[in-house]
Amino acid sequence: MSGQSSAYIAGVYEHPTREAPDKSTMQLHAEVARGAIGDAGLEKDDVDAYFTAGVPEYESGLSPLIVADYLGLDVSYADTTDFGGSSYISHVGHAVSAIRDGKCDVALITLAGRPRSRGQATGSGARDVRSVQDSFERIYGATNITMYGMAAKRHMHEYGTTPEQLAEIRAAASHHAQYNEHAMFQEPVTVEDVVESRVVADPLHLLDCCVISDGGGAILVVSEEARSRLERECVEVLGHGESIGHHRAGRIDLTRTAAEQSGRRAFDEAGLEPSDIDYASIYDSFTITVLEAIEDLGFCEKGDGGKFVENGALKAPNGNLPFNTDGGGLCSNHPANRGGMTKVIEAVRQLRGETNEEVQVDADLALAHGTGGSIGTRHGAATVVLGGEDR
Amino acid sequence: MSWDPRPTPDITPETERYWSAAADGELLVRECDECGLVYHYPRELCPDCFSDSVSWRETNGTGTVYSYSTARKMGGWPDEDLPLIVAYVELDEGPRVMTNLACEPDEIEIGTPVEVRFRAIEGADAAVPVFVPRRE
Repeated sequence: MSGQSSAYIAGVYEHPTREAPDKSTMQLHAEVARGAIGDAGLEKDDVDAYFTAGVPEYESGLSPLIVADYLGLDVSYADTTDFGGSSYISHVGHAVSAIRDGKCDVALITLAGRPRSRGQATGSGARDVRSVQDSFERIYGATNITMYGMAAKRHMHEYGTTPEQLAEIRAAASHHAQYNEHAMFQEPVTVEDVVESRVVADPLHLLDCCVISDGGGAILVVSEEARSRLERECVEVLGHGESIGHHRAGRIDLTRTAAEQSGRRAFDEAGLEPSDIDYASIYDSFTITVLEAIEDLGFCEKGDGGKFVENGALKAPNGNLPFNTDGGGLCSNHPANRGGMTKVIEAVRQLRGETNEEVQVDADLALAHGTGGSIGTRHGAATVVLGGEDR
Repeated sequence: MSWDPRPTPDITPETERYWSAAADGELLVRECDECGLVYHYPRELCPDCFSDSVSWRETNGTGTVYSYSTARKMGGWPDEDLPLIVAYVELDEGPRVMTNLACEPDEIEIGTPVEVRFRAIEGADAAVPVFVPRRE
């Protein structure tokens, strides 16, 4: 981002709970907000911008008003961009832009939700018809998992990708999760465990799917000037990109995602290439989501993702591309069905040297990527490239 | 065959013709009079060139399986309608359309030729297109 002022992530906080039956969603928003502001060494009244993709119970653009009211925030800037799991990564980019434009100095981003306690059938449940598109999709029982299943099947057909290669992704995530005391599933699983688990929507097995968890997280993005007053180690936001992928009027390609565009934009802005990245947080709603993102972000050629992930390439600390060292959405946490938030948090922990020591990577440059909606119909993609202080 | 309690389409002025044609056994797509794009799902503007001069076009009702996935359990779906095969079929006219394959999972693979069938919706001038393997 040459010639432009910098913006930094000064505070992050991941709620330790994975199940919150006796808390309100607003209470979780407040707890993560307090956590991230405290992590940065700031006070609530320092916050002058607020971002959220929404309070699930309301499903409304009024969410920032509800949270700002609850927290007592006095803000000069607010944003409620929502494209599912990519939202919270796009918020980091939007906060950087707002800071550069002089609209604010300290931007708070919060996510909270209780899909587990509310019993939401996130991946496999039929849904109501609400939009024009639904009349041509949901009437057929298209669910998240069948749509990602179709993507996986097509990828296997075109490129020879195997169920075992997809399973490598879960195995690596579970290897990391064993060191995370807060992870929902801490037991390591093997490739065989994954392919022997029951098929939910072929070719995807139960262990190809992410967890559904309550909880939340928060991020604090600050200006250069605000950072200069902090003693906290900060992470610089070097580049951001986002995009939307869709049907293309009947020419959908289930093997490609909008990460091709969001990744390229983020790398160009940062002046870096995929080979420069030491650690990657990649949204993992399903194993196929990771595989396609790895290809589309440019870590390997299109179609080579299966080979790329073999032989522990994704395992920290010594793999070729250590990823999701908290256990990711597959094993640790997928709060409110929007995994982008935790992707940013773990990337920041990696760059600050604050993740679980067994999976700590010697990382100066990291990437966080989110996919929201469904690659089976339409999806958002958002990517940020982050740099540590010692790089 | 009743779809209840499966979700039924929201029939709007923009899409009424599509659903009523299906009730008459015809599968329609949209075609742009300006740029020639044949597209789905139906819209009153061409999503490529933004022209509002677009027409309905009848298809052969045939195509091939682009991809599919079989759900064996599904929240909110009638048990007797499982397993459910959700698929994209690439029509001969070009567009890939989401649908169900009304057959057993072992009867199809990617590339299998298929043809359309229609399931009526009770109480509406509408039917839902699904596909079955084509027997030449």
